Amino acid sequence: MDLTGETLSELVLDIRGLHVSVDGNEIIKGIDLEIKSGEIHAIMGRNGAGKSTLAHVLMGHPAYEITSGEISYLGKSLDEYDVFERARAGMFLSFQYPPSIPGVQVGNFLKKSVNNVREENVKAREFRKELNSAMEKLEMDRSFLSRYVNDGFSGGEKKRLEMLQMMLLKPSLALLDETDSGLDIDALRLVAKGINETAENTGVLVITHYQRLLDLVKPDYVHAMIDGKFVKSGGPELALELEDKGYDWLEA
Amino acid sequence: MSDEAINAVGEYKYGFHDPENATIRFDKGLSEQVVRDISELKGEPEWMTEIRVKAYHHFEERPMPDWGNCNMLESIKFDDVTYFLRSSEQTEKNWEDVPDDIKNTFDRLGIPEAEQKWLGGVTAQYESEAVYHSIREDLEEQGVIFLDMDSGLKEYPDLVKQYFGTVIPYADNKFSALNTAVWSGGSFIYVPKGVHVEMPVQAYFRINAKNMGQFERTLIIADEGSSIHYVEGCTAPTYSTDSLHSAVVELIAMEGAKIRYSTVQNWSANVYNLVTKRGIAHKNAVVEWVDGNIGSKLTMKYPAVILKGEGAHAEIISVAYAGEGQHQDAGAKVHHLAPNTTSNILSKSISKNGGRSSYRGLLKVNPKAHGCRSKVVCDALMLDADSRSDTYPTMEVGNSSADLEHEASVSKISGDQLFYLMSRGFSEEEAMGLIVNGFFEPFTRELPMEYAVELNKLLELEMEGAIG
Ligand SMILES: Nc1ncnc2c1ncn2[C@@H]1O[C@H](COP(=O)(O)OP(=O)(O)OP(=O)(O)O)[C@@H](O)[C@H]1O
Ligand SMILES: [Mg+2]
Repeated sequence: MDLTGETLSELVLDIRGLHVSVDGNEIIKGIDLEIKSGEIHAIMGRNGAGKSTLAHVLMGHPAYEITSGEISYLGKSLDEYDVFERARAGMFLSFQYPPSIPGVQVGNFLKKSVNNVREENVKAREFRKELNSAMEKLEMDRSFLSRYVNDGFSGGEKKRLEMLQMMLLKPSLALLDETDSGLDIDALRLVAKGINETAENTGVLVITHYQRLLDLVKPDYVHAMIDGKFVKSGGPELALELEDKGYDWLEA
Repeated sequence: MSDEAINAVGEYKYGFHDPENATIRFDKGLSEQVVRDISELKGEPEWMTEIRVKAYHHFEERPMPDWGNCNMLESIKFDDVTYFLRSSEQTEKNWEDVPDDIKNTFDRLGIPEAEQKWLGGVTAQYESEAVYHSIREDLEEQGVIFLDMDSGLKEYPDLVKQYFGTVIPYADNKFSALNTAVWSGGSFIYVPKGVHVEMPVQAYFRINAKNMGQFERTLIIADEGSSIHYVEGCTAPTYSTDSLHSAVVELIAMEGAKIRYSTVQNWSANVYNLVTKRGIAHKNAVVEWVDGNIGSKLTMKYPAVILKGEGAHAEIISVAYAGEGQHQDAGAKVHHLAPNTTSNILSKSISKNGGRSSYRGLLKVNPKAHGCRSKVVCDALMLDADSRSDTYPTMEVGNSSADLEHEASVSKISGDQLFYLMSRGFSEEEAMGLIVNGFFEPFTRELPMEYAVELNKLLELEMEGAIG
């Protein structure tokens, strides 16, 4: 089975009855979620609720065990696919804590990533053009290209680099784990613009603690997550309600 | 490739060998007669013959080092080694005149191409002697001497006599004695006062024959205010029996001169690589060793700098990669003899599949050498639990005004880094290759571009099959 290439339906992600454990502890306790291309979903929830775990599991992190349930991406079960195959098939994760890769220059890393992931052969000139334009949009200085990946980057710089990657990799599904944390107000605006552009033909899942991002990136759906479950789903108004009332009222 | 060339290391790309068409081949084993015969064959002046004979006796008497890898050292069969092998009657100046089989070898190694593109001069040594040699005319006109060592001795006997063995006397260690006894080939370079050799000059060393011993001898003299960058590469075919490479390299940087010596040795995994390299830096001079050890079975090599004149500087950047069955015992030595001298040592090592890498360092500050500064950084990266990495730093500091820093780290590739790279479409092997290349980057960036690219490819190949 080939994961790349075709879009069978506009349903990008389909999660059914997902349970996930790590070292015998259940962290995700039954999640259902459908994301269509062009939709923006937001997950909000307390620290430790399992948001990052969900994002990691979707990307295929080997530490987590799916004890039951099913994840389909573009109509195909992801069971058999390794992390890099998911990436090559168009899945993208923006990390809450991007690790540094000393000695690997950003420019080289971006070029290689694009070659790995994008189906078409992106010529050097084309790549440079796209890179320049994306960096301008994110107001990133060109000196970043010769620095080492995330090495010595400030929190906000790391998040901008994650967004730069998303813009170049043009994913079909983008999982953005607290991309807004650590960004200053101007950077937040630039990043939101980037997300909105990408969202036009991508399924987007944003994990966030703050309404200030959702003011700029209008979610179609908001899911409140407590202890490994979505306890309530709704439209953008749910985010406002959560911002206002916190999570206590949702607990049974 | 014939049956006897076995592919012990799998991906070793230079493991091919050519038929041996020796014009002169000495019987195996070493004796005073062999030493005298080599000297006579080369028509050397008597003083050289005498040094060789003295060195031979010292080699015979000197015990093996009792450190490093004693088991491997003890398993060297000196009686099985061929100490001299001539493959070509002369050193050619035209590539076309080099015998075909030898030419093919160097073509496959990309040597003539590199020469055209980015080198100021080339010498190619095959077994015991240089088979090809060239230098750019403009350098020659400026008085730069770049010859193979045998020709150097013939054409500039006084200069050679003045400096030969002054940095590394034959009695320095067992292997410097062996080299002095049977040396053949290597480079002789003299850069006149104030001349800057902008393009690197390169020597390429190739062992082709089985059980061969290669003992090149290099002497580089950079006169006052001059500079040169010398690059050296080495490969050998993969045989089931072992070969011995034991070189001696002496560098002399006069006042205000700068010598950079870059090596990437990629000997096949059946070569014992026991090399003595040392430079003297006079007042305000700079000696830099950029030393990469990727191949060989056992390497014992500790590039050294003697900071003899005030304000001199030493830079030693080395990397070692130890795969299955390999031991890289490498390091650096700096002697601060004069005041206000500075040194920087960076050592990076990777061990994989049970390979072993050791850093052995010596930093000495003379009691009268005030105001010295030195920084030593050793980083080891272990790719699996079977591998091994050790650090043996020694410091002998004779006064309290020295400013010394020492950092050491041992790390593993983190799961977070792998997951991150894989989420960007790199397979696990590719991700490891990238991390490994990144780890060596502080070394790689010091190499000429072409070398850097080649080294990165090599390491990526080494990562293939790394995942069980
Ligand atoms: N590899 C792991 N090993 C052990 N426990 C883990 C592991 N991964 C996650 N957990 C635990 O699972 C729970 C959920 O963690 P997760 O990182 O998904 O939370 P989160 O909702 O993203 O929180 P935050 O808002 O703080 O980012 C936490 O209690 C965490 O400690
Ligand atoms: Mg999280």
